[in-house]
Amino acid sequence: MHIKILGSGCANCHTLAARAREAVTNLGLDAEIEAVTDYPTIVGYGVMTTPALVVDERVVLSGRVPTTDQVAHLLTDR
Amino acid sequence: MRADEPAGSLRGAPAWRTAARRAGPPVTVVLAWCAAYLANEPLWDLVVYDLLGLDRDSRVGGGIHFFLYDSIKIALLLAGIIFLATVARSFLSLERTRALLGGRREGAANLAAAVLGVATPFCSCSAVPAFIGFVASGVPLGVTLSFLIASPLVNEIAIVMLYGIPGFGIKIAALYVASGLIIATVAGFVLGRICPSRWVESFVFQATLRGVPVVAGQRLTWGDRVALGREEVARVLRKIWPYLLVGIMAGAVIHSWAPEDLIARWAGPDNPFAPLVAVLLGVPLYSNAAGIQPVVEALHQNGMAMGTLLAFMMSVVALSLPEMILLRRVLKPQLLATFAAVVAAGILATGYLFNAIL
Repeated sequence: MHIKILGSGCANCHTLAARAREAVTNLGLDAEIEAVTDYPTIVGYGVMTTPALVVDERVVLSGRVPTTDQVAHLLTDR
Repeated sequence: MRADEPAGSLRGAPAWRTAARRAGPPVTVVLAWCAAYLANEPLWDLVVYDLLGLDRDSRVGGGIHFFLYDSIKIALLLAGIIFLATVARSFLSLERTRALLGGRREGAANLAAAVLGVATPFCSCSAVPAFIGFVASGVPLGVTLSFLIASPLVNEIAIVMLYGIPGFGIKIAALYVASGLIIATVAGFVLGRICPSRWVESFVFQATLRGVPVVAGQRLTWGDRVALGREEVARVLRKIWPYLLVGIMAGAVIHSWAPEDLIARWAGPDNPFAPLVAVLLGVPLYSNAAGIQPVVEALHQNGMAMGTLLAFMMSVVALSLPEMILLRRVLKPQLLATFAAVVAAGILATGYLFNAIL
């Protein structure tokens, strides 16, 4: 599984990245987490509100910071 | 799973009991909020004047009372406003706003963008992706700028706080909203006319949109919206309390120590340069709409003219260095400078207008 965190590096993005890492550990998934800070790439996903969560090249959430449980839910329920 | 579905144990219970149990916590919170708001002034009257024995008309007594009373009042107002605004805004999203603005001609679209700039949930950390997203999907540059100007300029916190200042009321709050919208509309329109797109970093136009945009409002339940509101209140209060305390302290000092005739003489209705000085002072100052409010209230009580006051407040909240640094990623320095100059000129004109008519 390939997880990307889209965002310019603001506090919200760091929080989302931390929660995604936590969710991956809790679920025992084999996933790679990557932070994307490059604006053209972010917009390329059709995302205008950061932070956004991309799982295997699909945008599953944008514009808010979910709880760890919600991230876990997004990762499993696809 | 839907968050607002009744829990299993409640299933089969009479409908009114389920409704009552679900309405219980929100009603309690609303009542507690009202009680705290009403008790605020009598409480500090009692503590500062009766228990501590300070004189109501003395500088120290008045200043301490102003500080304590204003801190609680502003914290309560903020929590209420941010919560309501966040829940209301969860019905609109930046993606939906972009769809509404896409492909429209300049002019009326500038006004629409200004109104949507106020209503759309938007944090300045998203300013750059929003700018690229708008421009890349065909929203004209000037219309996009109207959106970006209105968003910080007309602020729901400032609206309610202006309304709450004694002697301001609905009239000043409405004047503030109307003038903010006009400034954003006109400034965006003017910038759309005069600024060539070569002043925008070229990668903006090369950005291509792919993928299906996530519409944030679609899958939210009422439980989600309430949770969003609560999180936003906590987040904003955590972020702005230093501004707030400094603002309230400055307000208390102005309230008690600034010589009234000095402000009235230098920044009163008779000084033709007052709005100019207010804007020049306000642009480099950066505060939050909530932090500047106690200062506005105290300056008003000490005789500053209303137009000067509004111009000062708008220039503090509308143009800030952190946002300029962010926008520099997509706008070249020439456009950035023109942007700041046009917005400042609009604010200045508003100041003079209100000084003349009020």
